[in-house]
Amino acid sequence: MVRHDEINKHKLQICKELNPRAVNVDLQTDATLQVDISDALSERDKVKFTVHTKSTLPNFKQNEFSVVRQHEEFIWLHDSFVENEEYAGYIIPPSPPRPDFDASREKLQKLGEGEGSMTKEEFTKMKQELEAEYLAIFKKTVAMHEVFLCRVAAHPVLRKDLNFHVFLEYNQDLSVRGKNKKEKLEDFFKNVVKSADGVLVAGVKDVDDFFEHEKTFLLEYHNRVKDSSAKSDRMIRSHKSAADDINRIASTLHSPLPLLFSNSQKIEARVAADEDLKLADLLKYYLRESQAAKDLLYRRGRALVDYENANKALDKARAKNKDVLQAETTQQVCCQKFEKISESAKQELIDFKTRRVAAFRKNLVELAELELKHAKGNLQLLQSCLGVLKGDT
Amino acid sequence: MAASSERSPPPFPDSEEPELLEDSDEGADAFTGTSISEMDSPSPDSTRPPKDIFNEPPEDIFSDPLSNINSEPQKKVDAKIPSPSSDEAVDLFSDPLDDDSEVMSSPEVQNPMPDLLNEPVEAPKSDVLGEPPVSSVKKAASSEMFGDDDDDEDLFKEPPKVVTKKPQPSGPPVDVFTEVKSDVKVKPQVKDDPTDLFAEEALTAPAPKPSAGSSSSRTNGVHSEEQDLFSEATVELSLDSPRNDRKNKDAVKPSVSAPAAPVASSSSKAPSKTLKELEEEESEDKFDLNISITNPEKVGDGMNAYMAYKVSTQTSLTMFRSKTFTVRRRFSDFLGLFEKLSEKHSQNGYLIPPPPEKSILGMTKVKVGKEDPSSAEFVERRRAALERYLQRVVSHPSLLQDPDVREFLEKEELPRAVSTQALSGAGFLKMLNKATDAVSKMTIKMNEQDVWFDEKIQDVENEEQHLRKLHVMVESLVNHRKELSGNTAVFAKSVAMLGSSEDNTALSRALSQLAEVEDRIEQLHQEQASNDFFTFSELLADYIRLLGAVRGCFDQRMKAWQRWQDAENMLQKKREAEAKLLWANKPDKLQQAKDEITEWEAKVTQYEREFERISATVRKEVIRFDKEKARDFNRQVIKYLESLLHSQQQLIKYWDAFLPEAKAIV
Repeated sequence: MVRHDEINKHKLQICKELNPRAVNVDLQTDATLQVDISDALSERDKVKFTVHTKSTLPNFKQNEFSVVRQHEEFIWLHDSFVENEEYAGYIIPPSPPRPDFDASREKLQKLGEGEGSMTKEEFTKMKQELEAEYLAIFKKTVAMHEVFLCRVAAHPVLRKDLNFHVFLEYNQDLSVRGKNKKEKLEDFFKNVVKSADGVLVAGVKDVDDFFEHEKTFLLEYHNRVKDSSAKSDRMIRSHKSAADDINRIASTLHSPLPLLFSNSQKIEARVAADEDLKLADLLKYYLRESQAAKDLLYRRGRALVDYENANKALDKARAKNKDVLQAETTQQVCCQKFEKISESAKQELIDFKTRRVAAFRKNLVELAELELKHAKGNLQLLQSCLGVLKGDT
Repeated sequence: MAASSERSPPPFPDSEEPELLEDSDEGADAFTGTSISEMDSPSPDSTRPPKDIFNEPPEDIFSDPLSNINSEPQKKVDAKIPSPSSDEAVDLFSDPLDDDSEVMSSPEVQNPMPDLLNEPVEAPKSDVLGEPPVSSVKKAASSEMFGDDDDDEDLFKEPPKVVTKKPQPSGPPVDVFTEVKSDVKVKPQVKDDPTDLFAEEALTAPAPKPSAGSSSSRTNGVHSEEQDLFSEATVELSLDSPRNDRKNKDAVKPSVSAPAAPVASSSSKAPSKTLKELEEEESEDKFDLNISITNPEKVGDGMNAYMAYKVSTQTSLTMFRSKTFTVRRRFSDFLGLFEKLSEKHSQNGYLIPPPPEKSILGMTKVKVGKEDPSSAEFVERRRAALERYLQRVVSHPSLLQDPDVREFLEKEELPRAVSTQALSGAGFLKMLNKATDAVSKMTIKMNEQDVWFDEKIQDVENEEQHLRKLHVMVESLVNHRKELSGNTAVFAKSVAMLGSSEDNTALSRALSQLAEVEDRIEQLHQEQASNDFFTFSELLADYIRLLGAVRGCFDQRMKAWQRWQDAENMLQKKREAEAKLLWANKPDKLQQAKDEITEWEAKVTQYEREFERISATVRKEVIRFDKEKARDFNRQVIKYLESLLHSQQQLIKYWDAFLPEAKAIV
């Protein structure tokens, strides 16, 4: 009997020999601080990542060390960046998505239900497929978490963050708890206020052409990338089901076609998987990244509005000759804050663009190469099969 | 425990599994120690051949919880995959980090190539979809048959023995035939051998008298009465297919209708005639008559509208008035043709190709709707199906001779086939099947003396099921491909939009190029979907219908058998009545009883002959069907693969063109 939670009872471990860096982002590697996830373990409903750090920075006790972290701790780290006023002028690397194994869990359940109605071979085959799928998701999850850490480690300012260092070094549980209901509700309201405010702030004409341009660009870009991401997902999903069909046909056919079909299925499934990795994941990553950039622009816009309000308040105070000093300090603070954000934001946005272009280039080239390779493989397969069939006639 | 298990990435050897199950509380601890070294030194593992990867991990992963869950559902199993597992994952999903070289060069991908090359060599081409080989494989051996003297001799020795039994009045004729058959069956090369086909064609040649002579000389004086009986049967057959006369006039006809005997005699008489020649003749047949259906046209308006198709024939056959001619026919005419043919021929055991089914929904759409893609597809689908149907009809040597077929192809105006209006092809077939099913249920006690039929009936049923299953899957593939095509189109548009809002010029350009590529791929998917449908799915649908018709033939044979058995029983009763009368000493009624017996004896002989004839016809038809099917599948599969090949070529072209664009991004 198969139980649907069977898969979760496993701890899957993945040791990576290959450098997973720079999946969707192009990072300058710096020998002073290198972070990677050397190992990951899947348990029931959580995944445990082994975060491995190599560093020559003096703030660490050792040169090389590993800690075990869970997804929640990554989120905590991300949130601590977002909440830190100091980092208002930077694009905070987007947090990794939650590990989601629901789909394969569901499929496994279906498999368990259909166990009686299929042959042992079919059953084993499907089990293997599911297992493969599960592993794929697992690997992807690990890669996303790693990318987040790598981005932080590569960031000139964020890499010096104390929380980050604790995250990397402290070898006990960080005892981060998930947010409770009250906090979630607060978060929700904050988001509502923020998005309402965002609309207001976005309406304000920017004094700086660069930022004005970036703002319109990002608004549009974000929406489009969101759309593309959703569409690519759908495309890949139907591609996968087509590959599944071919597979099922292969298992029903007699020789010599099944060989052709099952190989062609393998290729087709791989095409879908590669599109998923090279295209859909890229788009998904830039969906989140562009959201992060938008957030940065919002913070800057907010600061600008604050600054302008402070100016008005100062003017008023001067006119009334009341609380002038206080107004002046407020205005000074706002001005400084705004200028600081603007200064770093400009650089960040330029970096974002460079990163994006490089990542798209890399992924698109790889995508095209993989597509070519698969198509050629398929072509060869078909040719040899046709040769055999025709030779027999 | 949790902590220790985290820190310990143990290897995943099978041997440790049992331990794990026994004491899974300590299971985690048991692994510590080995783990770290495993983790730190992944390189030796990674050099392991990828073959292992495929065999081991998936099984282990699944199999161990299977057993575990039931017994100890609460406990966790520490089942870590050793480092090679990541290799596996790489292979399976071509991980982003993975160097591209790995995927194609990995052995499991390379293997298929040699396999493909080797395997089919062993399995003949007709193996393509399972069934067909039976006849054609053996065909290869047939040429040997011709030269095989031993077989011939045996065959000739057999019949006389059998026939001499015949004169005894009490022995029912069944015995003679079955014995001949079963004797023949002992020799495996003879049974199922395609030479049967050859022989049976020869059988139809019109030379009853001389052959009787020749045969009797060979068979050391076969009983002449018996001889006549058979030759009569063969004459009847030859009337049905005079065309073969022309073809086989040099083949001297043996007169015994038991399937094996003609094989022997024909092979001995015409040893020079090889099977190849025969096949050539057949392909000549094909070449003689080309039928195409074109220009579907809507005639009329509203619900009275119908589609008319142009049926063009091109032929060099003298039986037609001219070499090329064209008529317009509507769907119900095709159905009418089928009904006429099945009325006339199905009780003789002929395989009447079934026409496509009537689709009220599809046609209503065509009638009501304007030009929309779904109804255009429907019309095209029906046109192609009708064309195949008609080609099957005329490629049948006996059906081609039918005046109705000729009329259908030649005559300008055809009387409207009224009865088909309410009764669609499907409905008709269903009714036919129902009726024959009932009959077969009645005669379920028919103990099949003929192993060939026994096996064949089973085969046909299995194959039909198999094809149905396959058909469902192919349909689903078609649907998914269509879905894929639609989604690709949407994605292409979306990417184009993304490209337009991208402010890096080169990237923007590349994205719009990508959109274009995706657009073209969408076209490819669309074409592929229709190829899946027309060359693959429709082929399967055709053969599902045809197999139904084959079953119909078997049922006809069963019916004939039933008739014969009934007559046999009646005769038995009459004989008993006569015996009673004799015993009761009633001479007045005795004469009447004797007359009745003679009458029923004649009937029994007639029905028996009919059964034999129908058996022979069905067998011939089925062999012919198998051959056609093998050829059909082979042809269609090649066509299908070629279409796939074409898509892949196009795909390569598109991506090749895109690659420099992607590389040009700066």
